[in-house]
Amino acid sequence: MNTDLHIILLAIPLLPLFGAVLAGLFGRQIGRAGAHWITILAVAGSLLLSLYVFKLIVFDAMPAINTSIYTWAVTGGLKFEIGFLIDSLTVVMMTVVTFVSLMVHIYTIGYMHDDPGYQRFFSYIALFTFAMLMLVMSNNFLQLFFGWEAVGLVSYLLIGFWFKKESAIFANLKAFLVNRVGDFGFLLGIAAIVVSFGSLDYAEVFAVAPTAVDQTISVFPGVEWALLTFVCICLFIGAMGKSAQAPLHVWLPDSMEGPTPISALIHAATMVTAGIFMVARMSPLFELSEVALSFVLVIGAITALFMGLIGLVQNDIKRVIAYSTLSQLGYMTVALGASAYSAAIFHLMTHAFFKALLFLGAGSVIIALHHRQDMREMGGLRRVLPITFVTAWLGSLALMGVPLFSGFYSKDIIIEAVHLANRPGAGFAYWCVLLGVVVTAMYSLRLLFLTFHGEPRMEQSVREHAHEPGWVVTVPLILLAIPSVFIGYFSIEPMLFGGFFGDAIHVAAGNDVLAEIGSHFHGPLAMAVHALVTPVFWLVVLGSALAVAIWFWKPQLAVWCRQRFSPLVHVLDRKYWFDEIYQAMFARGSARLGNGLWRYGDIAVIDNLMVNGSATLVGWCAGLLRYLQSGYLYHYAFAMIVGLIMIIFTYIILA
Amino acid sequence: MSLTLAHFLALGGILFSLSVAGIFLNRKNIIILLMAIELMLLAVNMNFVAFSRFHGHLEGQVFVFFILTVAAAEAAIGLAILMVLFRNRNSINVEDMDELKG
Amino acid sequence: MTAIELVFYLFSTVLTLSALAVITVRNAVYAALFLVLAFFSSAAIWMLLEVEFLAITLVLVYVGAVMVLFLFVVMMLDMNSERVREGFARYLPVGILVALIMAGELMFVIWTKGAEKLPLPPGQSDAGANTALLGERLYTAYLYPFEIAAVILLVGIVAAIALTHTGRNPNTRYQDPSRQVSTRREDRVRIVSMPGAGSKSAEERS
Repeated sequence: MNTDLHIILLAIPLLPLFGAVLAGLFGRQIGRAGAHWITILAVAGSLLLSLYVFKLIVFDAMPAINTSIYTWAVTGGLKFEIGFLIDSLTVVMMTVVTFVSLMVHIYTIGYMHDDPGYQRFFSYIALFTFAMLMLVMSNNFLQLFFGWEAVGLVSYLLIGFWFKKESAIFANLKAFLVNRVGDFGFLLGIAAIVVSFGSLDYAEVFAVAPTAVDQTISVFPGVEWALLTFVCICLFIGAMGKSAQAPLHVWLPDSMEGPTPISALIHAATMVTAGIFMVARMSPLFELSEVALSFVLVIGAITALFMGLIGLVQNDIKRVIAYSTLSQLGYMTVALGASAYSAAIFHLMTHAFFKALLFLGAGSVIIALHHRQDMREMGGLRRVLPITFVTAWLGSLALMGVPLFSGFYSKDIIIEAVHLANRPGAGFAYWCVLLGVVVTAMYSLRLLFLTFHGEPRMEQSVREHAHEPGWVVTVPLILLAIPSVFIGYFSIEPMLFGGFFGDAIHVAAGNDVLAEIGSHFHGPLAMAVHALVTPVFWLVVLGSALAVAIWFWKPQLAVWCRQRFSPLVHVLDRKYWFDEIYQAMFARGSARLGNGLWRYGDIAVIDNLMVNGSATLVGWCAGLLRYLQSGYLYHYAFAMIVGLIMIIFTYIILA
Repeated sequence: MSLTLAHFLALGGILFSLSVAGIFLNRKNIIILLMAIELMLLAVNMNFVAFSRFHGHLEGQVFVFFILTVAAAEAAIGLAILMVLFRNRNSINVEDMDELKG
Repeated sequence: MTAIELVFYLFSTVLTLSALAVITVRNAVYAALFLVLAFFSSAAIWMLLEVEFLAITLVLVYVGAVMVLFLFVVMMLDMNSERVREGFARYLPVGILVALIMAGELMFVIWTKGAEKLPLPPGQSDAGANTALLGERLYTAYLYPFEIAAVILLVGIVAAIALTHTGRNPNTRYQDPSRQVSTRREDRVRIVSMPGAGSKSAEERS
């Protein structure tokens, strides 16, 4: 291992940190332009170095780097280290994270142009880039957890970026609390790993894990669980929190209260994929537990279908994309559950591009309309925002999975992988993802039709002022549109079937569905042609046709559908009552619990029983004793004489 | 029956018991209480003197000497306190003195 | 019964009865006087025991000083004898009971320890030997406690005065020597010009 590479690896996360500190602490001194130049240059440097490392690993076939650069503490044989594990999985994540982050940095110049918290915003997103890089580059669970929590923190700060807005404060608190639930599971999983394997290092844990297949763990006395299943499910609960899988998804739609670049960077492209990345990284563990994989599969399938359905009835443009993100994350999770980890990462990558593109496009619309987000007040924007219009169409087509677009390759592979998987829940998951395709097509087109087509519905004054934002907004859109369209075509073969991930992802021999798909794979073009005879394609067509019919061709049909299926629409409108249930059960329940503890624990037991109680007890005893303390001389004299008599009496007895 | 140590000790005991009874009976009259205490000291002195004489040690008498000294000081200070008490409260009734009541 | 025993019984009877009188009489003055009698009787018994110095000291100190002090205080204070004797009858049984228990216990101890078998040792032929011996002992072996006793008495005097002293009475006429000394001519002599002839003007002036 040469030192130069060490320095490069260190520089990748530390450059954004440096930018974040400068922009955050010295924002006033360096000014607005200084803040964005410093952070953009830092992230750009990070991107270039990531690309260099990418080249080393991918094209120069350098072996994976696993190195610890600093030992923080050693306690009881357990090492707390900071280190890097750089392999093909990591470099993909690094490149995606830094690329999307750079795009968002540039875009932010335009989006946050008039915001008083300009420097603070750049500081946060640079800090986020640092945290995310630490997370993906980690070679041990401790650093993974650090990155995990750090991205959670930055996410919290950014959702509540407009901290004077009450809904933003509510949303960031909600995101934080829901993530706590997931993190609790994650921490339990790490703790179980430390307890069982005595190490935090990935390589060491993975090496001993196969020997622990038959071990059990007793979390509650008398209940024995398979150790690896417990560990994997705990870790996956962490992933459910961070990657917003049902039922811990509730924070993600609300996180749209944050500025749009954030929605693109954190809540679509990078942070929410941390869970997917983590599960892929832990593939040697997950492969050992069939139960955990089934669990992953089912959760992912539920999220993929049902969250997409909610997207059909949302009116806020960003919320539609948020539910779309949930649904796509569900697809990735399904892929993980089907042991098609590479497919999950592949979809993660393509999704990062087109979802960031869609969010930035939505942001462009929002800027043009002076921060109006309701789609019912849009329409007909295709002439006003031509670049946004075209790029949004491209992103949506990719999202829908139209052949030749990047989303097509990643999503089709996932569906095919689920089809071939033969673990419990795979059949259910297959139907979910198939129906999900229809839903995806419908909400994507609905978004486009309501926003860009039809008659303008916004106020006259707004329409007159609407215009395409400057190059800082459009350039990232174009730069993101290119990979959104083409990256699937060019990378599917090397990434999924070329042994690209090598040892980074471990798939057990019987589970390798991708290898089976690969045996029928004859190149991306052939796959696209072949798609024309698969049900998936016709489902896309069906969804598109429905969408065209309902929202484009005959808008009155939408009204009719709403009335005809009003109970169903109501269910979707209320988002399956998740929020209400959580609010009633957890928020109000814990408030009641806290209130009860306060009233009965604090006031009754501690204050009254312990504190005042002891004082009262002393007072009561003293009240008894004060009868002895009458203050009258003769009482004391009497006591003395009685004492004297007693003394003489004992003397007589003893003598 | 000639005089023995027991005669004198019994006399001291009777004196002491009488003064104890005096403290009980005159619980209101602080002057008589002080007198009863003087009587008690006298009973104790009687014992000391008797022991000293019967055992031939002078130390008992030395002790009596010191007791007399302290008793005189005690009587002087006690009566002075009594004077101040009476001046301040116009009463020397023991019943009125319960400031130390808990 | 020898003369010594006769004397002992006589004075013990007087002592016991006077002690009984001290605790039972209604008038505090009588109680003080009976206490004097009790001290006298015990002094006589001490004489019998050839403890002459202490016997005389008892009479001098107690009868001469302490009991006079008692009488003094009793007469200075306004004693409401009715109120003061409240509860006398009520506490009489308790008092007698306690006294009897105490006396019984003490007698028990005295007799079980065989004190009645110890006869009176022969007295000394040299009259006044007791005082000499006691003095010698006090001023040699017990010199230090003796000095402390002296300090205690001094403290007693100071305490008694400090307690009862109320400060100077404002009506008391007294001299201030420092003012007397520092006086000046102008304070004492006024020069008045007296015109010899004009008696009229002198009248005006006055």
